[in-house]
Amino acid sequence: MAPPEPLPHITTQRLTALYHRQAAIKDVTIALPRHSVTAIIGPSGCGKSTFLRCLNRMHELSDGGWVTGKVLLDGQDVYGGGVDPVRVRRRVGMVFQRPTPFPTMSIHENVAAGLRVNGKLSGRALNEAVEQSLRRAALWNDVRDRLHTSAVALSGGQQQRLCMARALAPEPEVLLLDEPTASLDPAGTQRIEELCHELKARYTIVIVTHNLQQAARVSDRTAFFYLGELIEVGRTSDLFTKPALEQTEAYITGRFG
Amino acid sequence: MLSGAGGPGEVRLAVPGPTGTPPPAAAPVIPLQGRNRADRAYQISLTALALALPLLLVVLVGELATNARPAIERFGWRFLWTSVWDPVAEVYGAAPMIFGTLASSLLALLLAVPLALGVAIFLTEFAPRWVRQPVAFLVELLAAIPSVVYGLWGIFVLIPFLRSAVVPPLKATLGWTPFLEGVFYGNSLLAGGVILAIMIVPYIAAVSREVLLAVPASQREAALGLGATRWEAVWTAVLPYGRAGIIGAIMLGLGRALGETMAVTMVIGNRHDIGISVLQPAYTMAAAIANEFSEATTNLYLSALFEVGLILFVVTVVVNALARLLVWRVARGAALGSRAL
Amino acid sequence: MSVRARVFRRRVRSMVLTGVVAGLCALAVLPLLFILGDLVAKGASSIDWSFFTRNPAPAGESGGGVANAIVGTGIIVGLACLIGLPIGIGAGIYLAEYGSGRLGWIVRFVADVMNGTPSIVVGIFAWTFIVKPVGRFSALAGGVALAILMLPMIARTTEEMVRLVPHSLREAALALGYPRWRTSLTVIVRTALSGIVTGCLVAVARIAGETAPLLFTALGNLNFSTSLTQPMQTLSLQIYVYATGPFDEWHRLAWAAALVLMGLVLVIALLARWVTRQRYGAS
Repeated sequence: MAPPEPLPHITTQRLTALYHRQAAIKDVTIALPRHSVTAIIGPSGCGKSTFLRCLNRMHELSDGGWVTGKVLLDGQDVYGGGVDPVRVRRRVGMVFQRPTPFPTMSIHENVAAGLRVNGKLSGRALNEAVEQSLRRAALWNDVRDRLHTSAVALSGGQQQRLCMARALAPEPEVLLLDEPTASLDPAGTQRIEELCHELKARYTIVIVTHNLQQAARVSDRTAFFYLGELIEVGRTSDLFTKPALEQTEAYITGRFG
Repeated sequence: MLSGAGGPGEVRLAVPGPTGTPPPAAAPVIPLQGRNRADRAYQISLTALALALPLLLVVLVGELATNARPAIERFGWRFLWTSVWDPVAEVYGAAPMIFGTLASSLLALLLAVPLALGVAIFLTEFAPRWVRQPVAFLVELLAAIPSVVYGLWGIFVLIPFLRSAVVPPLKATLGWTPFLEGVFYGNSLLAGGVILAIMIVPYIAAVSREVLLAVPASQREAALGLGATRWEAVWTAVLPYGRAGIIGAIMLGLGRALGETMAVTMVIGNRHDIGISVLQPAYTMAAAIANEFSEATTNLYLSALFEVGLILFVVTVVVNALARLLVWRVARGAALGSRAL
Repeated sequence: MSVRARVFRRRVRSMVLTGVVAGLCALAVLPLLFILGDLVAKGASSIDWSFFTRNPAPAGESGGGVANAIVGTGIIVGLACLIGLPIGIGAGIYLAEYGSGRLGWIVRFVADVMNGTPSIVVGIFAWTFIVKPVGRFSALAGGVALAILMLPMIARTTEEMVRLVPHSLREAALALGYPRWRTSLTVIVRTALSGIVTGCLVAVARIAGETAPLLFTALGNLNFSTSLTQPMQTLSLQIYVYATGPFDEWHRLAWAAALVLMGLVLVIALLARWVTRQRYGAS
């Protein structure tokens, strides 16, 4: 018998995201369970990234971006009155499609930049925290000897794992991954996917991907978006083997995409 | 046990994970409520600093206008076309210096534009890569030389050179024209124009270069693909596309020439005279202010000089604004006029 | 004419015109070589240790140096930086971060207008703004005049450099949970820092050679002075007085002082280039 569904960490209620007057996602209601990996799939332009950016209040930073509906983090609406988006982003971290290490900083300083979000750490405590983040991102062994060299000297895959270490440093509860392996080679992609498996014990992960095989490999649950609407969501194994809706099946079998 | 509907600041209770392993110890949850005062303070401080600029400009124009008022009220529009400048009789007319400013700048443009365009075209279209950097550096260096050093060189090197090697052949061939009438003693409109030309070449060259670089490669390639020679490609495809921008670059050079003070006042002769001969001494607005400001003993004298400053200011602002508009059309974005070069 | 002949003629014309353009370019650069050459030829021989350590000799006497002028240049330029750098850099960051609205447009327009203002006009403004009410020429007034010249330059180059920072870096920092001010200072400005410093150095090189705005503010001083409320000498003012004076001795010293000033400007300009190359710090 399947274990009971984990309790939702994030829930959206009738979430609609717009650019000026144009809706990018419409009326999305979904529950994202704790300590699991949820994949968001769908063809280009279906609103996957926009949805993700609503969860940590990044959408409103785009020109003309605004939102209606609710996003509940542990029951509290992140768009509620008096909520500071900066604090939301501390609890909900994000890794982007292209690795973005801070170029003027070393590897150590990049991770430390993530740690400083929560307050001052220095000396030994700082070094230990940096090491811990790098270990969690499976990067420690690669860089332990060159922590104070420039971060941009790393390979693409390593830079992306550095970004993950940096995103994990402030101890978020949720990690949003926006097509994190899109610019990586297969070896780098594999490392990141392994990371997702390791990390879900501590974090709730939401990953946007246009790669269906990756979604099948990595996630516990999958949500299919199309033209800004949530079409279907369910356990990954169920969605891929016996999708409930014809549209879902058409996308998964490659009839459109 | 759930913490789902809890309020802010509540510590999250331990929830068993899906595999039954105990999760890590609960960390205190950051409450979502909060105000961001630091952001406001940052924006306000930056805005305050930025407002210093418009404030400064308003005060500058205000002071100029206020100080120029006595002269404006006394002389009105006649100030612009009266040639008399008599501190004793307290009659001031700026026509000679306005004429001199325009004449010296025009002469400077005449000499500088071919040179500057030559530099720009050569560097962007024809120069082999190894030549580009050093030549570009040398041209930049021209812009870095202080005005007073140009003036020093003008007095002791350029003027003797003009006197011995340039004016005699000029007079021999073109001496019958009114432009080369009279005896050449050194300090002259010609010297002023030449030194200005040397000074503005780097500015016109740099901006023209940016304009030419902004011309899409497809223009050039299309012409070459049709069988044009390299020069023909430049002349027929690249230059016409960048024409507005190059005119803007020339106007920027004009703007610089209009406001140049030290080098000009050291070689132009500083005489209130309108003359068409470039061999005669002349005056510019900037040179007049530099020369006579400390001599101005009466209020009206000072006020007249302030009026000259105001006119100079307005003219250069208008020329620069037009120039930037033209260049912006072709080579958008670059912060022009802000660099030393 | 046959096609071949026509093509040949066009090729020749192209080569000739290319040569003309190259010649014009060489002609444009020629004065620079002459000026630098003359500076060295006429100035180097007068430079010795006493040139740097002594003050100007009384009129007509030989010898003397530019000690007061060198120190004065340093003090007045330093003053200008103290005033101009914070405001200029702050305005530049404002324009890049918050300057997309109407106020930003106004500030940008004003900066461009001020950039085109002749330095003599700034000089007489500083006279009427500071020297006249106070009743005295001073190094402070000179510093303010030079600061006014620096401000718009630095504001625009700073804005340009900050704008060059990729948007993705800003997003990454914000997504970490950095408030906007911290993102701006510790990530954006830090990334743009070498470019900002270069812009400042270029501006410093520009104002170090200025004379016109100092004529009626710092005025000049034949004696050694470090007082901010007294007139002060700079290299540029010294060159002007010596070059336009009647004594041959003064002319000789003018060349030497010009060489020193040019050397100073060159060093700062080269420093600016060096900073640009050091873009990513330690690696």
